[in-house]
Amino acid sequence: MDSQHLNPSSLKSRFTARFLRALIKINAQKPISSSSPRDIFQRYRRIKVAADKSMAYSVRSRRTWSRATLWKLRSRSRRRLASSGRRLSIKTRTTTTTTTTTTSTNHRAAIVEKTSHEKENKEDHVGLAVQAEELRELVPGGESMDLCNLLDETAHYIKCLTTQVQVMKKIANLYSLE
Amino acid sequence: MSSRRRRESSRTNISEEQITQLLSTLRQLLPEIPHSHSHKASSAAKVLKQTCNYIKTLHREVDDLSDRLSQLLATIDADSAEAAIIRSLLI
Repeated sequence: MDSQHLNPSSLKSRFTARFLRALIKINAQKPISSSSPRDIFQRYRRIKVAADKSMAYSVRSRRTWSRATLWKLRSRSRRRLASSGRRLSIKTRTTTTTTTTTTSTNHRAAIVEKTSHEKENKEDHVGLAVQAEELRELVPGGESMDLCNLLDETAHYIKCLTTQVQVMKKIANLYSLE
Repeated sequence: MSSRRRRESSRTNISEEQITQLLSTLRQLLPEIPHSHSHKASSAAKVLKQTCNYIKTLHREVDDLSDRLSQLLATIDADSAEAAIIRSLLI
């Protein structure tokens, strides 16, 4: 089970190399002695972003979802650079509105899930559209895709997510053994 | 005009076949749940719902692993661990 002869240009190896490099950088930024909860939370955010970014970069622009993720990350970093330069309070207000929209979409998704149970008994096509909406919100870049492309992108997205989880699990286990 | 309408209806027929094909691909990727009586013709909405739940599970796993890694990074030494990990993961 351990002896997997990995293709050096496979998605898994590309992601692993990128993610490890990012981890080394994150580790080098903060001194190890400072492990206040705020530092740990910041590091958690950076690691999560690095993981998603590494996977999106490993897929490059070949997929709509990876393009959407990269675009989102780049526009976010551009916004952060601009706000840190000018110190506008307006920019921080826009970031808080994005967090409130995500909570409202989660709330909407919960309602959608409940109603889809009833709709499934009545008409399959109606339930399908409702579930497709929920899927669109989960897959990055899903809003502007038709159903065919959405399903195709979802399959690839799931494959990459499982690879990401697999590699992160291995790294975490290896680190915890040290 | 009518030719365009005819072309559009043929396009939707082709995409329905594609949709069923893509759905079966998705169904294979999802983790199997041996609990329920698995009807071969589980509705498309059910497959999509299982897909949504699976993606949410994967997102949550990524969050948990990032959390774990952030705590572990605070406690280990950098360089030697990196080389060992890279070697063991890529060979």
